[in-house]
Formats: sequence, structure tokens, C-alpha cells
Amino acid sequence: MNALVFLVPAALTLGLLGLALFLWTLKSGQYDDLDGAASRILFDDLPRKDNKE
Amino acid sequence: MTVAAAYPEGLAPGQAGLSRAACAHCGAPLVPGQGEFCCNGCAGAHALVRGLGLDAFYRRQETSAGTLRPPETLATDFAPHVQAKPGGMMELDLIVSGLTCGACVWLVEQALAVEPDVLKARAALSSRRLTVAWRGPASRANDFARLVARLGFRVAPWSLACLRATEDAEGRTLVRALGIAAFGAMNVMLVSIAVWVGTDMDPATRHMMHWLAALIGLPTVLVAGMPFYRSAWQAIRAGRVNMDLAVSIGVIATTLMSLSETMRNGDYTWFDGATSLLALLLAGRVLDRAMRRRARQSVAELLALQEGTVALRLADGTTRAVPAEAVQAGDTLLVAAGERLRLDGTAEDPVLLDTAATTGEALPREMAPGEALAAGGVNMGAAFVLTVTAAAKDGSLAQLARLLERAEQGRGRFVSIADKAARLYVPVVHAVALATFLGWWLWVGVAWQAALVPAVAVLLITCPCGLAIAVPAVQVAAVGALFRRGVLVASPTALERLATADHAVLDKTGTLTEGRPELIPDDTLDPDVVCRAASLARASRHPLAQALVRACPEAPALAGVREVPGKGLIRGSERLGSPAFCGLPDEQGSGMELVWCVAGETPVIFRFADRLRGDAGEAVADLQALGLETELLSGDGAGAVEAAAAAVGIGPWQARATPADKAHRIEALRAGGRHPLMVGDGINDAAALSLAHVSVSPGSGTDVAQAASDIVLRAEGLTALSAAVRVARKAQALARQNIAFSLAYNVIAVPMAVLGFVTPLIAAVVMASSSIVVILNALRAGKEARA
Repeated sequence: MNALVFLVPAALTLGLLGLALFLWTLKSGQYDDLDGAASRILFDDLPRKDNKE
Repeated sequence: MTVAAAYPEGLAPGQAGLSRAACAHCGAPLVPGQGEFCCNGCAGAHALVRGLGLDAFYRRQETSAGTLRPPETLATDFAPHVQAKPGGMMELDLIVSGLTCGACVWLVEQALAVEPDVLKARAALSSRRLTVAWRGPASRANDFARLVARLGFRVAPWSLACLRATEDAEGRTLVRALGIAAFGAMNVMLVSIAVWVGTDMDPATRHMMHWLAALIGLPTVLVAGMPFYRSAWQAIRAGRVNMDLAVSIGVIATTLMSLSETMRNGDYTWFDGATSLLALLLAGRVLDRAMRRRARQSVAELLALQEGTVALRLADGTTRAVPAEAVQAGDTLLVAAGERLRLDGTAEDPVLLDTAATTGEALPREMAPGEALAAGGVNMGAAFVLTVTAAAKDGSLAQLARLLERAEQGRGRFVSIADKAARLYVPVVHAVALATFLGWWLWVGVAWQAALVPAVAVLLITCPCGLAIAVPAVQVAAVGALFRRGVLVASPTALERLATADHAVLDKTGTLTEGRPELIPDDTLDPDVVCRAASLARASRHPLAQALVRACPEAPALAGVREVPGKGLIRGSERLGSPAFCGLPDEQGSGMELVWCVAGETPVIFRFADRLRGDAGEAVADLQALGLETELLSGDGAGAVEAAAAAVGIGPWQARATPADKAHRIEALRAGGRHPLMVGDGINDAAALSLAHVSVSPGSGTDVAQAASDIVLRAEGLTALSAAVRVARKAQALARQNIAFSLAYNVIAVPMAVLGFVTPLIAAVVMASSSIVVILNALRAGKEARA
């Protein structure tokens, strides 16, 4: 019984943290281009800005 | 089974690639004699990619052969589409056609990022939207667009239509609701399972558990259920009953009953049922929407590529590219050879106009000076000056658009099978639930709170899962399978209507035929001569010249070609143009001939025609095999229509049909109790398309026709149409099966609920299992399309 006092709030807090993160990813547009995101992870180099200064 | 076995012999994709050399840029097969590239554009693109040090692209490229061939010209002015952002930043949104793989995204972004003034270049693969931000003049927009075009992608300004198709506020609300519902369902379950399992739990602990479940469940039901409550409210206000109403009532009743059970510390609460029901339904809805969004985006992309600017003549005789909407009646425009008229007007000179899109006539027609020229025609002759008679918003196209809108509203009255089921189902279920409540309360004599439990259990267990997922799941599977085959289903009820179509009305020009002139194959023509003439023809945008280039795509472009507007092309002693241009009598006067002549050689005549699509006969036979009566309705002359009808095996045909004739024919069919399927591509078909039971237009069709259609065939050819009918019918059958299954299982579940045997655990198991059965059955809808 005493264990519940800690475990239930801990479970809920973790759950809420997950929910908050999900809402943040949604808001920052991370679901807008799911196909692109899947292949973007394979780009090994960042866009370059070279010599033409 | 190997992959190759799925293809007819010799057609396996791998083999074709191995046995023949392919263009080093676009991957199109090369003809013997060509070096590394299929055309100059590809050679240029390849050099550009190498010069930027981006050749890694070719190792990762996954585009289909030939799609990355750079377009010949870029007519649009992109500067007016630039948005100025605070801080001197400029931003341009483009729609990039051909952006089909991750490597393409990488190539486009890298190529732009190398430009010194570019701050950000980001391409989205699923919406094909490219956003470029830079610091500098707005005119740089054209450089960026040209750069992307030189890489082989077709670009167009990101239009309002694209925006509507993509920026999907409602879709985002649904995803957010799904996240919240899933969170709520999982956490309530955490508590509920403890209550189900802990039969020896002391009442105080159980009471705390109930309150905990209420604490999570109440806000979840309140927030995540919003999409359903809103839709249900709209239905009530319109005096209708829909599935969302059943869902809303079920969920709200369950929540209230659970709250009452919480307060009096009953055995169980039912928050888990309410929240997981919401989560399941929302998941179905999100998938459904994502699928349809892809289809709508593809349609918007096709439309955006057709939009463009017109050349407005200024007082000093020069021209300026402006959007068609900015032109007023009385302005004069310069219409280039091969350009499509975007506004109604008149000309002072005789004009040769291809009116296939507006009237369905396959042969270009000579219009007398002063004759009204309707928007949609293509200038087949020389460049001419058009005096605009109506601004875009008052012109013939706008009138048509208003007509289409009205038709669209009329079509909203179509009752889908899911709504039909809801109309029967909702009153029955609610009556049973009410009877259960009254029975337990007044007849058995338990407390009213206790009587609520079995009554609400009836609502929850009959609810929706099976029934509400039954139809959307089938739709998602079928629409997704069709999308992969190049069939874009734009309207939510299109598949159902397609399944019930029993009469197909086909247009000829552009539907059964290619809709553009092609060289008539002739054994007497020497292929070398065709290619030499095609080299010359590369210099012109004239439709016939372009048809000649298509007949010999490997012909190199030549320097020093001069175009005599409306007559032909000259290079030294070589000439290519109208018969009169080469000094020959014009025998046919059809405007569908080109003559190639060189001093000292016999002139060669190339004849062109709007050819039937290769699979037209097969597609018509397929439709007939599916039990659809077919007929041909064309604005073209009797001879051409009869020949086409005979060639593809269509019985009844009608020639010289005006747009009004077509619309009347469709109305007559509907009045006769038929369900006509209209297939057409032209502006002249739009009215008929919007009146038909269900309408289809090919991907090459005009934007007006596509906007009026439920289904757009992006893939070349018509055979996809019969496949779509087959998938639609299969989907309809599966939807019926699913509904029947849901009803059958209610026959067992409802008496159990009425008698009070159902616990939340049983409800959860029953709900989940029925959903899984229905979803598995729905997945079969996609199989037909793959076969």
C-alpha cells in the first residue's frame, strides 16, 4: 500500500512527460514530412557553405 | 518465387536496365550511338551536379527512369511569389515535381545551400514543398528555380491549392487528440488492471484507484473526444444522425456512469473502455486522413504545374510576365506559339487554335479575326496579340468553377454506407440501452446508479469499434493500394460511388487518345531523316515540333536554328515547317503536317495525329467485362469519333457534342436511374464530370477537369480505371461484410450486456477483438490492386 504512494505519482509523471514531449514534437512540425525524415537520417554531411565568400 | 517471375518474360525491370545502357543522369534507356546521356539537358544537369561535388547523388538515386530529364524552358517568373520576411530575408515556396527519393531531397538542398546568399533550403518529401530563404533581391528567386529545374525537377510556385491540401489544421488536431487519448487509455489501464486483478483489494484502496482513474480519464475524454463531439453537434444541428453521434453518446454516457460508480465506490469503473475506444477510433481516423491527404497533395501538384503567368503587353510594346488574375478586360497579351490561352479574348489576325480542351475537336481550327477565343485553347500557329474580353474572375473558366462548386455541394447529399448503417443503428441501440436501464431500475428494482451500469455497458459494447472502424479501415486499405498504382482518390465517398457505377461515358480527345499530336508511324519514313528533322525541331515550342522530338528523343540540339513565327524553322538550307514554308501545296489544310526540306533532296512530309492510347481498347473491354455499359461522347467530328469508337469497341457514340450536350446526357442517364461514370479531361467535360455519379480524369487532363473529378489517374493509361472499379467493388463488399460482422457480434454481446454479465474486462476484450477482425478483413481490400 505504501509503495503506491510513490509508484503511482512516478508512473503518472513519466506518462505526462511522454505526453508533453509528444505535443512538443507535434508543435515543432516533426510529423509534417514523415517520408523525408526517414531518409534524412542517412544524409551524412550537413549542407556545405564553401569558398564563395 | 523470384521477383522476375511476377513480370511477363523479358520485361523484368532489372533485365531491361542490364541489357541496355542508361542515361547517366535521368536513367532513361539510351539508344545505340548515344554516349552517356539521353539529351543535352541531362548532360548539363550531370555537369552541374559534378561541379558542385554532389555526385554521391547518383549512388543513392531511386527515381524511375526518365523522370529527371530537365525541362527545356522555364517560362514562369518567380519573383512575384517571393515573400519578404522581417530582417531583409526573402522566402520562396516551390512545389518540386519529381522529388521522389531521399537522395533527391539531399541533392536539391545541397545544390541550393552552396549558393552564398542562401540561408536555408529545406525540401519536404511528402508534400514536395521546397522552402528557400535568402538575403538579397527578390529576383534571385528565378536563379534558384532555374537551378532546381536544371537538375531535372519541374518547379512551380507553391499555390493556394497546395496550401489547402497540405496545411491540415484538422489533421493536426486529430493527431494531438490521438496522442492524448493513447496516453489516457494506457494510464487508466494501469489502474484498471489493478482493480480487475486485485479482487481482495480493500474498499478504501479501490476507492482511491477509482478516483485516480477518474482523474486521468475525465480530462482525456473531454479533450480527446472533441473531434467527435464537434462532428456530432454539426450533425444534430443539420437534423441528421451519424456515427460520431453514436460514439459521442457512448463515450459521454460511459464516463458519467463511471463517475457515478466512482462516487459510490462500485466494483468497477469504465474509464478504460471510454478512453481506449477514443484512441482506437482516432487512430483509424488519422490513418484515413493521411491517406487522403497524400492523394489531395498529388492532385494539387498536378494543378500547380499547370499554373503560370501571361505576357502582358505594356504601352511601350514590351511585355511583362504577370499572373493571369492581374489582367483586366481590355488589356492585350502576347500569346506565344504553343502556349495555352488563360483568358478569354479576341485576336485581330487569323489564329490557328487547338481547341481540344474546350470543344474536344482533335484538329486545330483556324479562327477568323474577331472571333471569340475561349480560355483553354492552345495556340498552334504563330505568336499573336490577344485582346482580353473578360478578367479571369468573370471569364468562362471562372463561370465554370462556380458551376462546379454548386455541383460539389449537391454531391454532398450522397449518403455513405457508414451513415446509412448509423441511421438504423443509433436509434435501435439507444432504445435498447434505455429499456435496459428502465428494466433494471423499475422492474428488477435496483438503485438507479446500479441500473446505469448494464445500460451503459450496452452502449459501450455495441459502440462503434467494429462499426465505426468497419468502413474507414476498408477505405484506408483500398485508397492506399490505389495510390500506389497511380490512382488518386480525392473525395471521401468516391470509392463507394465508383463501386455502384453501371454506365461509363467516355470522352475521346485526351481520354481515349493521348490528347497531343504524335507522329503517325510510317514505314516509308527513314529514321535518320526523322532524327535530323527532330534536331531542328528542338528549337521550337510548337506542339508539332515537340511531337517530332518525342519521335526521336535522342536527336541533339543544333546551333544556329532560326524560327520564323507561325511558319517554321531555318538552318542554312534546311527548312522544317508548314507545307507552304517549303513551297509545297497544302493539300489537307489540317495544320497537322510538317515538311522537312533541304536543297537538293526530296521534301519529306511528317503527318501527325492524336493517337489512341495504347491500352484504350483493353481498358474499354475491361470496363465492359465488369458490367458497365460504355458510350463515347465527343466534341470532335463524326468521322474521327466513329473511327475511335470502332477501334476501341465502344457501341454507342455521339459526335459534335457541346459541353451542354454532355451535361444533358449525364442528367438524362441519372434521371433514367443509371449511375453514370464520366471519364473526361477537357474544360468541355467539366460540367458533365461534376454532374456524374462519379467522375474520373486522366493525369494529363486540364486543371478544371481534375478539380471537377473524384478520381485522378496519375499513371499513364486507362487500365488503372478498371482496376480502380475492381478495387472499389471489393472495398464495398468488404465494408458490407464488416458491418454484417459487427451486427452479428452484437446479437451475442448485447443480451450479455443487458443481463449485466459484462465486466469492463470482457468489454475490453470484445472491443479489441472485434476491431482486429474488422481491420484484418479490411486489409484484403489492398490485395486486389496488387495482383
